[in-house]
Amino acid sequence: MEAVAFAILAVVTLGGAIMVVLSQNLMRSALWLILSFFGIAGFFVLLQAEFLAVTQVLVYIGAISTLIIFAIMLSRNFMDPSEPRFNEQWGLVGGFSALLLIGLATVVTRVAWPVSAGLPPADAIQRLGIDFVTAYAVPFEVASVLLVVSMIGAIIIARDRE
Amino acid sequence: MNYLRDFFVNLAHSWTAWLAGFLPGWAVSLIDYVIVAVILVMMPVIATLTLTWMERKVIGRIQNRIGPNRVGPWGIFQAIADAVKMLIKEDIIPDRADKPVFNLAPVLIAAAAMMLCGVIPFGRRMIGADLNIGALYIVAIGSLSTVAIIMAGWSSNNKFALIGAFRIVAQLLSYEVPMVLSIATVVLLVGSMRMGQIVEAQTVPFILVLPVVFIVYTLCGIAETGRSPFDLLEAESEIVAGYFTEYSGLKFGWFYIAEYGNLMAISAIVTTLFLGGWRGPGAAFAPVLGPIYFAIKVVLVVFLLMWIRGTWPRFRIDQMLQFAWKVLVPAALANLLWVAIMLKLPAPVAVQYVLMLAGNLVILFTALTLLGRAAKRVVAQQEAKQQAESGLVAA
Repeated sequence: MEAVAFAILAVVTLGGAIMVVLSQNLMRSALWLILSFFGIAGFFVLLQAEFLAVTQVLVYIGAISTLIIFAIMLSRNFMDPSEPRFNEQWGLVGGFSALLLIGLATVVTRVAWPVSAGLPPADAIQRLGIDFVTAYAVPFEVASVLLVVSMIGAIIIARDRE
Repeated sequence: MNYLRDFFVNLAHSWTAWLAGFLPGWAVSLIDYVIVAVILVMMPVIATLTLTWMERKVIGRIQNRIGPNRVGPWGIFQAIADAVKMLIKEDIIPDRADKPVFNLAPVLIAAAAMMLCGVIPFGRRMIGADLNIGALYIVAIGSLSTVAIIMAGWSSNNKFALIGAFRIVAQLLSYEVPMVLSIATVVLLVGSMRMGQIVEAQTVPFILVLPVVFIVYTLCGIAETGRSPFDLLEAESEIVAGYFTEYSGLKFGWFYIAEYGNLMAISAIVTTLFLGGWRGPGAAFAPVLGPIYFAIKVVLVVFLLMWIRGTWPRFRIDQMLQFAWKVLVPAALANLLWVAIMLKLPAPVAVQYVLMLAGNLVILFTALTLLGRAAKRVVAQQEAKQQAESGLVAA
């Protein structure tokens, strides 16, 4: 049963990712990317990390994809199908991408990832919250400082010039 | 008699047991899931049929007229007449619209409204899926409808639709922040994100403990559904119809279903979080009374939202965004801080609740005072400007 679910989610995720690259219309590429993100949220559910799944939907699909779409709309000629899809550097880029693929595949398959036995604890979310403010308090605070800095930067860029 | 006490749950058990008599285990589960899914999908549709009638009657009475009264007694079949009219309309697709995206957008918006109904507890153990991240799931589905609205606005190939979609996305994203903060306050008070748990923990309905959080969440909920007074995006005098300008016939019907489905879902969530959900006299003894109390409370909240729609004027887009960021976010944050501090006091629960209520009232009073002063300042500025202009003209 899990294998069937994994297969369906893999098709959705990888299919969406491939269509992102192959789609002629930049806006549709963004929508295929959203489908891919849904697939990844499904993987999180399969791994019984529901909090991460919902956060993936909330952050990636709700915020980041929206901003990607806004950025696409602000660029010109994005829907012009007469533009060539690949420019003349595709050989070099393809070579580097293949190297990256080989490197990542080697890392993923050769490293002995630590696997914990048993299911996630029932109160995983409570433990997550406690960890945020005790064990991982410094990364938590650094992340919030980063968010405040970006908000201040956005406000300074967007305010009225007096 | 015992069977009737917990009628719906016992009916589900009996039905499952009867099915298991002649079907394998996975088929029984599948059939059960399909039945629950059909019920949840039909909920926004039935909500649309009934709530549109209620809305037209309520707003009619507020405006000192009767509302629909020709189609059936008190006009109760008016919604069916509207549905038939919508079904027989011609399906127009604009010339250079992006057809797959254009057709997919209303489906996604309606799907978001239906998915919301899946985590609402209608009674004890009568919930679609008691996720242990139920409260966060609600916010995530709201963000899904944001994407669907952008799809609708962009694929119409219509500048009004696109601008309307941008505006409504700005509104939705701005009002998501105080909504998440108010949900977080309630979750903090309960200690769990499960919707079933939130109802079980309300020995005192949370509206009596956290009234400001109730107000903040209700306003954010109205903004999320895009109703008056936050309906700049679909006001005909402003932007034709915003992101669903180019939709006609059944696709417009799906947007309509999504709007009223969202209205019902938001009211149900307000009931669950603040009014005690299905709790009521006798509901602990006989859980079959739970859905009845729940329905009564949801209708009350829906009436409140329709009352607000009929009486308040519309906000401008800049007023809307300022209200969200400058008033609702600080109030929600102050509430969260106060509740967090109060929960750590070494005092009995009743004392904590009374102190939370006192803190809420202080926050409400402060917010209203500051808003009053800001309003006086704006009025004084405008009068000074008018004086200067009329002074210039006269001289």
